[in-house]
Amino acid sequence: MNRQIRPGLLLIALLSFPVTLPAGDVPCRGTGDLGIIVERMRGAVKFIETTQNSLLGETTGLGDLSHASAVFSRDERYAFVFGRDGGLTKVDLLTRRIVKRILQAGNSIGGAISQDGRFVAVSNYEPGGVRIFRADTLEPVADIPAEYAPGRRSKVIGLVDAPGNRFVFSLWDAGEIWVVTLDDHGKPAEVRKFRDIGRNPYDALVTPDGRYYIAGLFGEDGMALLDLWNLDAGVRRILPDYGRGERKLPVYKMPHLEGWAIAGRTAWVPAVGHHAVLVIDTETWKEVARIPVHGQPVFVMARPDGRQVWVNFAFPDNDRIQIIDTLSRRIVRTLRPGKGILHMEFEPRGEEVWISVRDRDEVQVYDTETLERVATLPANKPSGIFLTARAHRTGL
Amino acid sequence: MKQVIGIAASILLAQLVQAAPEPDAARQAELRHLVVQDCGACHGAGLKGGLGPSLLPGRLAPFPDDFLAETILEGRSGTAMPPWKRFLAPGEARWIVRRLKEGGFTP
Repeated sequence: MNRQIRPGLLLIALLSFPVTLPAGDVPCRGTGDLGIIVERMRGAVKFIETTQNSLLGETTGLGDLSHASAVFSRDERYAFVFGRDGGLTKVDLLTRRIVKRILQAGNSIGGAISQDGRFVAVSNYEPGGVRIFRADTLEPVADIPAEYAPGRRSKVIGLVDAPGNRFVFSLWDAGEIWVVTLDDHGKPAEVRKFRDIGRNPYDALVTPDGRYYIAGLFGEDGMALLDLWNLDAGVRRILPDYGRGERKLPVYKMPHLEGWAIAGRTAWVPAVGHHAVLVIDTETWKEVARIPVHGQPVFVMARPDGRQVWVNFAFPDNDRIQIIDTLSRRIVRTLRPGKGILHMEFEPRGEEVWISVRDRDEVQVYDTETLERVATLPANKPSGIFLTARAHRTGL
Repeated sequence: MKQVIGIAASILLAQLVQAAPEPDAARQAELRHLVVQDCGACHGAGLKGGLGPSLLPGRLAPFPDDFLAETILEGRSGTAMPPWKRFLAPGEARWIVRRLKEGGFTP
């Protein structure tokens, strides 16, 4: 028997393996068309792919995922899922398993990943503040209590990443914006605090170029604008009187500011307490139009090319979506996918959009040109939908 | 006289509210869904607190039922709590309060 290893044959044997050549038990595939759907009541995520619009699998054990969100590692392999219970779970999209899970606070609201991908930050309601972890191991590296007066800590909202390895967030109870610059170890090298930005900032976003941070205000009309390229200029109030003279309507769910609904030089944001979408000129930061819509907007999301803006609504109008054409600024279609529409996520080039319909236990996929439904996938009380393309976008 | 009628009317109203029948089983299921999903949007899953405070029995125990029912129906001005009277009858708000105090909406 010839026991000598013949390298040539070995190579041929390796090359003739099927395309899913295993490396450990990891299938060989890219992750650019992958994503997750949060199942809020059962602490699970479903794994999806957007090429065939199919479900790939699921994993459970992520804790309380009401109001959960996720960010992705820069290689688009791992999702970091932020749960309401303070859980931070790192999930592998290839093996579809939990890599690591920690309980880092009592009650948290969201998170972000640093520009260099090395650090993950979580914003917490209880105890109010931000905690920073290593993205590879989830080891804690920094704790930033949102203490705005002696012994008084605020709930933190609107946490985003920004260029310069910075995290920016707002203090709901205190009406402040803090800008944290990380050092090489993920600890705060500098914390800049901006006070009196307005009452009860409820959420915030950063523009795609990472220049402007904008917090929406619940406690009063208007928004707070911070130019991250010129912190010394301080916070500027914009749209200070968009609701003037009108009675505020009750708000049954806080709007979200996620990403940046931008089309040309206009930005599209939800009004608060008014059933309208506001259109802002991003050069002058003045309101240029106000589009009456069906209810209190929750998400106002632009198709990636900016041609359409899709809007969903708070209870009791959360059974429909309105689509606004950004050129004519008119509503071109009202869809009624079912009750409890909680989130929308566009595919990276915008040809399709995924919509979670909580009360039907479904995720529906629509073609954004025909506005027809092209796929329906089962999911238990689905909420957030997150696709890996977010990995390479500032603020997501 | 007007005052007397007013007082009598308010007593009668209070009795009506008090005597309001329990919501039927189908309505109870709707109310449960509303509390878990829509109240939960601010008060957290399991109603353990979020932007709004915890609605667990320990937290609610010190407050009278009437005050809590009033809070649900009318909202709390100066806070993010909206009025729900458009969607809930007074008897339904009181039923929700009683169930909340028993921990009846949490698994």
